[in-house]
Amino acid sequence: MKLTLSIWRQKNPGSKGKFVSYPVEVPNGEMSVLECLDVLNETLSERGEEPVAFEHDCREGICGTCGFMINGVAHGPMPATTICQLTMRHFKDGEELVMEPWRSRAFPFVKDLVVDRRSFDRIIQSGGYVSVSTGNVPDGNAIPIGKDDADRSMDAAACIGCGACVAACPNGSAALFTGAKIAHLGILPQGKPEQDRRAVQMVAQMNAEGFGSCTNIGECTGVCPKEIPLEAIAKMNHDYLLGAWKERKSVVTAIAPVTGWEFGEK
Amino acid sequence: MSTAVAGPREHRAPSFWQSTNGKKAVMAVTGAILFLFVVGHLLGNLQIFDSRERLNAYSHFLKNLGELLWIARGTLIVCVVLHIVATVQLVLLNLKARPVGYKVKKSVASNYADRTMYWSGPIILAFVIFHLLEFTAGTLHPGAPAFSEEDVYYNVISGFRVWWVSAWYIFSMILLGFHLRHGMWSMFQSLGMNHPRHTPVLKQAALWITILIIGGYISIPVSVLAGWVR
Repeated sequence: MKLTLSIWRQKNPGSKGKFVSYPVEVPNGEMSVLECLDVLNETLSERGEEPVAFEHDCREGICGTCGFMINGVAHGPMPATTICQLTMRHFKDGEELVMEPWRSRAFPFVKDLVVDRRSFDRIIQSGGYVSVSTGNVPDGNAIPIGKDDADRSMDAAACIGCGACVAACPNGSAALFTGAKIAHLGILPQGKPEQDRRAVQMVAQMNAEGFGSCTNIGECTGVCPKEIPLEAIAKMNHDYLLGAWKERKSVVTAIAPVTGWEFGEK
Repeated sequence: MSTAVAGPREHRAPSFWQSTNGKKAVMAVTGAILFLFVVGHLLGNLQIFDSRERLNAYSHFLKNLGELLWIARGTLIVCVVLHIVATVQLVLLNLKARPVGYKVKKSVASNYADRTMYWSGPIILAFVIFHLLEFTAGTLHPGAPAFSEEDVYYNVISGFRVWWVSAWYIFSMILLGFHLRHGMWSMFQSLGMNHPRHTPVLKQAALWITILIIGGYISIPVSVLAGWVR
């Protein structure tokens, strides 16, 4: 199978980027997109060219490290699939794949297909702590939780924080991510004590990071590799509205976004 | 490379109105009020199919409400202003949220009505201004030598007999339909209500209620053009 990979090449945030086309021969349809890029990078290295930078870690679709746009769809054309789990057999012979990094103000560009997603970390961090009793492991069924609630929480907790929702959203909104993070704790009794403050703080941080606003159109769920439902966003709105009303402090602090990377001369 | 995460610097967080979620909640509530107006206005307008006297009596009744009329108008104006101010601010934010665009971008999950809210909104606003000038202020009266304060029926018939007035009306109503189709379920989402069983029903209901409302509105210029109402 022969493909043309049109990849966004940009050395660093300061330089000018452009699309470069690489013809590749894919020996096996069962290869993942990332493995295909590995093969391309080997060729590039042999030729003495700079390999394509992309992020990856577990390659089993559960860590959330990989991710870029393929032909205008975050994580490529297959639903509920990360790039690392997307196999080449889904593409047709001779097809051109346009690969672009996530584009968002809150995801500062790093290199080629890599962006800085620390804004997500700061949203999680701003959520604060959850009150848990330390000590011995509690009894598995000490706190009764209904099956529906457990499922709902688990659906939200499946979020791997890859950033596809932001990338796919025409507004660059992080509502689905923040919603998932607020929902998975807020639904469970363990997360209830800090529920209000968590929602207010995380929403504040999300806004401080410069993400766009949610217009409820659902592009995010369409590309989410974990199929987080729009319900998570409603849960965030619900918790935020209540939390913002009940909050007793007049000032909620958000962590200042740190967006700069220090680049050494190469 | 430094991987230092967030520093100790803290800054004031956005307030309810400054937060995107707060603005969307305001848009939802104001949108809901405007939706109720759209329904009420339609029910009032449909009296044109009964008789000239009935429509004129209805208009007479509204105009003689006095303070109540201005309270209603004031509420609607406040809603329109808040709805638009929130939208404009969010659009500006959203434009900034993606400084570098994509070369290729596909929509996979949203529908046309969802994605065209930014277009349907301003066109509906332009229509509302035109509509108010034509039927409330009477500054514009295409098709009639003069605007009649008393005979609303006459204003409507003479106005809609002009083909482009009707065409513009029908076009705007279809866009209003797109706007309602999205807004009617979206407002629940913005206020934190979503349910795997009820939301799909709500979306379906939004579609059918929209078709009913827009069908009702469009039936007026169509009937005038066709000569069923004269």
